[in-house]
Amino acid sequence: MPLLEARDIHGGYGGMNILNGVDMAIEADEIGVIVGPNGAGKSTMLKAIFGLLTINQGEILLRGEPIHNLPPNKLVQKGMGFIPQEHNVFPSLTVQENLEMGAYLKPDNVKRMLDNVYDFFPPLYEKRRQPAGELSGGQRQMVAMGRALMAEPSLLLLDEPTAGLSPLYMSEIFERVKKINDAGVGILMVEQNAKQALAIADKGFVLAAGQNRFTDTGAALLADPEVAKSFLGG
Amino acid sequence: MNTPQTDSVPAPRRFPLREVVLFAALLVAVLGVYAMMGAAYSTRMLVEAACYAILALGLTIQWGYAGQFNAGVMGFVALGGFSAMFFSVPVNPDFWETELPGELGRVLLYMVAAVLVVFGATRLDRLGVPKKLRTVIAVILAVVLYLVVINAFRGVTDQIESRAGFIGGLGLPVGVGWVVGGALAGGVGYFIGRVCLGLRSDYLAIATLGIAEIIKAFLKNSDWLTRGTATVSPLPWPVPGPAEIGFTLARALYLSVTAMMIAVIFFLLTRAYHAPWGRMIRAIRDNEISAAAMGKDINKRRLEIFVLGCILMGIGGAALTSFNSMFDPQGYLPLNHTFLVLVMVILGGPGNNLGTIFGAVAVYIIWIMSAPMALYLMDMAMTLGAGLGWETPTNMDSRALQARVFVIGLLISLVLRYAPKGLLPETVKHHD
Amino acid sequence: MNELVFFINNVVIAGSVSGSIYAIGAVGVTLIFSIMRFAHFAHGDMMTFGAFMVLLLTTLFPGAGAAFGVPTAILMLPLAMALTALLAVGVDRAFYKPLRAHGVKPIVLVIASLGVTLMLQGLIRLFAGTGGQSLYIDDRKEIFRLALPFEGVRAPVVITEPQLYLFVITLVAVVGLHLFLSRSRLGKAMRAMSDNPDLAQASGINTNTIVAVTWVIAGGLAAIAGTLLSLDVTFKPDLSFFLLLPIFAATIVGGVGHPYGAVAGGFVVGFAETLAVFNWSVLLRPFRDSLPEWMTQAGNLAFVGTEYKIVVPFFILVVILVWRPTGIFKGKVI
Repeated sequence: MPLLEARDIHGGYGGMNILNGVDMAIEADEIGVIVGPNGAGKSTMLKAIFGLLTINQGEILLRGEPIHNLPPNKLVQKGMGFIPQEHNVFPSLTVQENLEMGAYLKPDNVKRMLDNVYDFFPPLYEKRRQPAGELSGGQRQMVAMGRALMAEPSLLLLDEPTAGLSPLYMSEIFERVKKINDAGVGILMVEQNAKQALAIADKGFVLAAGQNRFTDTGAALLADPEVAKSFLGG
Repeated sequence: MNTPQTDSVPAPRRFPLREVVLFAALLVAVLGVYAMMGAAYSTRMLVEAACYAILALGLTIQWGYAGQFNAGVMGFVALGGFSAMFFSVPVNPDFWETELPGELGRVLLYMVAAVLVVFGATRLDRLGVPKKLRTVIAVILAVVLYLVVINAFRGVTDQIESRAGFIGGLGLPVGVGWVVGGALAGGVGYFIGRVCLGLRSDYLAIATLGIAEIIKAFLKNSDWLTRGTATVSPLPWPVPGPAEIGFTLARALYLSVTAMMIAVIFFLLTRAYHAPWGRMIRAIRDNEISAAAMGKDINKRRLEIFVLGCILMGIGGAALTSFNSMFDPQGYLPLNHTFLVLVMVILGGPGNNLGTIFGAVAVYIIWIMSAPMALYLMDMAMTLGAGLGWETPTNMDSRALQARVFVIGLLISLVLRYAPKGLLPETVKHHD
Repeated sequence: MNELVFFINNVVIAGSVSGSIYAIGAVGVTLIFSIMRFAHFAHGDMMTFGAFMVLLLTTLFPGAGAAFGVPTAILMLPLAMALTALLAVGVDRAFYKPLRAHGVKPIVLVIASLGVTLMLQGLIRLFAGTGGQSLYIDDRKEIFRLALPFEGVRAPVVITEPQLYLFVITLVAVVGLHLFLSRSRLGKAMRAMSDNPDLAQASGINTNTIVAVTWVIAGGLAAIAGTLLSLDVTFKPDLSFFLLLPIFAATIVGGVGHPYGAVAGGFVVGFAETLAVFNWSVLLRPFRDSLPEWMTQAGNLAFVGTEYKIVVPFFILVVILVWRPTGIFKGKVI
């Protein structure tokens, strides 16, 4: 049984459909990457999975259990974590308080998970008493990922984690994502840096105009000349 | 989601059924009041309702056209009322035939001079004075000069109060006071608008609430100018008064004056609403960002709307005060002059001038009639209570009137929730 | 030295009293703003409601306080806080929540809160009448006169029992709020929601709970402020009217959405008011002989008469909006 399965998703904002039948499935230990041109509905798909957008057709299953149109806090309880692209930290809370908020529903785990997250992102330990709003973009992304990991999710949704970061930080973030996945967390992320993202992906989904265009393993998509020509810039 | 269809249906020359029905019902209500309360009483009610309609038009362009919430209608009404009093009341010889006008003029000149000096001090940095030092100098100068001038001013005003009572009026035609009242209210509105309109809309509500209280405090405590709590009456009318031609006829004449004013304002507003200027205002209200992106000067347009609304409130307040024939600063109640007008606007239909006028007259009739009704109900309750051996508190009458406050509040909440567009919603035209 | 005592009584003590009241009120307003993003105009009437609850309870059990050695009104305060908190949550459920669910602009909520203001005012006056009533029913208001140990000082420093209670309770409330916001899980979640409501929801924080907690805190604090003010003077149904503007000014001075700023803003406004109505010529009196005549002749050197006190918070408001709309501690969205 796949960890996450979405079948024929239709949905959008205010009566205008952005998703016109998207299918997607990843297994528990896989990294899924969604790529595609601007306006293809990549972020919208992620939001639809996380209950931030009401879908009007299709179904989303988490371990076979239907979860579509559940409120986000219920999904967090079911082991799903979401990292938005922008505004992904609480700027006036300290780094540590940000992380604590991630484990809001599991207050008993806080101590253990804090140690884990600090092990995983050593720079955060040094900055733990600093308001997250004062950190650099890359460090904020770490706080955001740390916050999501605090809830011990089995599936993590990331919306363009490397947007606006310097190339140095970018590879570091991809490395961390790979490491998180190695620890047994399923990952579904939207990325603009398609080549790097597909390189670490088990599954790749190329969306265009709210529909699947290509679906295959990451390596196969990278090798496909047609995908390369239309979506990866040659 | 709400249904977007209702807005986008183009309504080309449909028969205005809703309008006709509502206005017919209103007419029946007015006739009912005439039958019950007599012509003199009912005509007075209609004149007051007409004055409130002018206030409501002022608020509907602020709230309905531009989404600005003015919580201090009362202050602008009071300014208009003061102006109507000041210009129309006869000249007071006890004041003008002494040296006091000269003294007052001298102090006012001091005031102007002090303002100029302080203003000059804020420009000292242009002469090479460091900015910090300039600020310190300006603040100290302002404090010291303020104390000196205010002391001199208090001296003169005390003299006026003890020797002449108050400075009296100017003895000019009533209309002058109304026009100046509008201008005064507009001026204060300009000041408030400049400070608040660039910020979140909550701030405008807070600031207007404050300025209204300040205007009232000033008018109440400046005995030399307004006789304060002693009140000024009678105020002359723009038409022959009741003493000459009887109550009903005089009031009917007054009503025709106010009705004329409403007609002119209504005509001009409707023209403006459909003109490019009105379209621009609505564009800003509906989507500020895209309006700004198209190069509209948002804050300037907002300021225009706000000032225009305040001017109408000043004129309406002036007409209302002249009609009451008494200037009583304590008579300007936030409840009557702010919240009642607010209910008129949101019940009638914000942004729809016809709906606003309907709301004004309808709500005013309900408001006026609810006082005897509340007392009657309370009376009945008391008789019942006495029969059951219930001890009734002594000040029941004044308490019963408080029930009306509750009803106004409830009405605001209910309309916001269930009919936010009012009984006669603004008809949004779409050009395809 | 008598002039100094006069200054202490009229400025230091009076300023601290109104400062404390404004601070407690402004904290509530600022919390509501940071969670629900609108200026809550009915806050003053929640204060009145709290004081009215104390009045009712004290009238019912006038002798209860004597058993514990405190004024009955103080004993009834926790109960009144609970009732006011209940009212606040109820009002939110009945009037604000449906509008929020509709996704209206914040200004519509402001108008709705004005509607609530009128309803509360009408109800309170319907039941309490329009006159003033003392909250000291069976108790006696203690007045402490502290003579200063200096020679030639005849006038004592005067402080009343309710004022002492006010200072102590304000201190406890502010420290308690600080601990709640910085230590407790719920308090941190509240700050998180104020920072970023969407992310708070995505972290699994139940925003409805946070909204309710905010109302409970704001309502409880409002009851404290209203009761202590009524204890110091008398209970009047139109109490709220004179509080609203100073409280908003304090909130904005402190930076909207900033609880500690609201406390500071409350004291800034409170002291500004008392300093502005203070007659400074009193302080010049000891130097009468060494000053030029024109300075000593001025009988009244107050900036504004007490009847124009309301100008002070408004002036502060305008200055802060023009000069630094985010407040002295950088506040939230403007």
